[in-house]
Amino acid sequence: MGLGAYIAVSAVLFAIGVVCIVARRNMIYVLMGIEMILNAANINFVAFNRFNGDAMDGRMFAIFVIILAAAEAAVALGIVLNVYHLFESIKPGDVDLMRD
Amino acid sequence: MDDKLQKPFYAALGVITLGLLGWGAASAGAQGIAFGLFTALTLGGSLICVWERSVVRSAFSLMGTFTGVAGLFLLLGADFLAVAQILIYVGGILALILFGVMLSPPDLAERKLSRVLGGLALMLGAVAWVGSKVAGTVAWATTDELPEPTTKVDEIGVAFLDPEGYVVPFELAAMILTVALVAAVYIARRKASDLTDPRAEERA
Repeated sequence: MGLGAYIAVSAVLFAIGVVCIVARRNMIYVLMGIEMILNAANINFVAFNRFNGDAMDGRMFAIFVIILAAAEAAVALGIVLNVYHLFESIKPGDVDLMRD
Repeated sequence: MDDKLQKPFYAALGVITLGLLGWGAASAGAQGIAFGLFTALTLGGSLICVWERSVVRSAFSLMGTFTGVAGLFLLLGADFLAVAQILIYVGGILALILFGVMLSPPDLAERKLSRVLGGLALMLGAVAWVGSKVAGTVAWATTDELPEPTTKVDEIGVAFLDPEGYVVPFELAAMILTVALVAAVYIARRKASDLTDPRAEERA
């Protein structure tokens, strides 16, 4: 399999992640879409690393992306729980306290 | 209308999976079959995640996505990353998301099929358009002869603590994880004054 195949998979996964964020009205789906997008970026890092001499930079970067994704998921879920506690809803559109 | 489309959707997923497997087998033999399988797992899982009405099904289908990505890492020779992916994503982040699902109300009327299908058509069309533009013109600086994939777990461990390597990002990541976890606990906790004791009135 060439580099192009991996880039194509990553691009399609990114596109589906964006749809998951935009098309669903639920904060949990926004989280899942973000995880998909981070995974797509990781595939790109590792694929380019492999097809450019197999040094370690791409892999190390992917590891740090995974670490940040874990931290992000924990904080985001705390925010979701708190938003549900305050607004009785987890639709992103309902959190409009600062609108007027 | 929604339930009528459920069967055609999964039939289309099956057809795409078979097509990917056949294309992989035709172009690169056994490795191609593995690539097709992991690709189908990745993209199929994420498509089901966008499609399904219930959040629980979406969260579990995301497991397919994460495992498929781990398989792609294996095919790219990144064994440590593949194991870390399964440990952290499937074991950690997915469990966190499921906790979030359990603690939030179900809303089965939330999915608008027109929005999902329209978004998919738009984004996949955009990817195809950009891909067709990029494919012919950009020459990636890649090596033709791939080195044999070797396990680099020991090298990764050394690089993490090497002052010439990644020790600063490593320590920063440790700090970020600590701060993020403390912050997550602080944000998610409830104050004791918010909790009401249902038997308080009886006693009074």
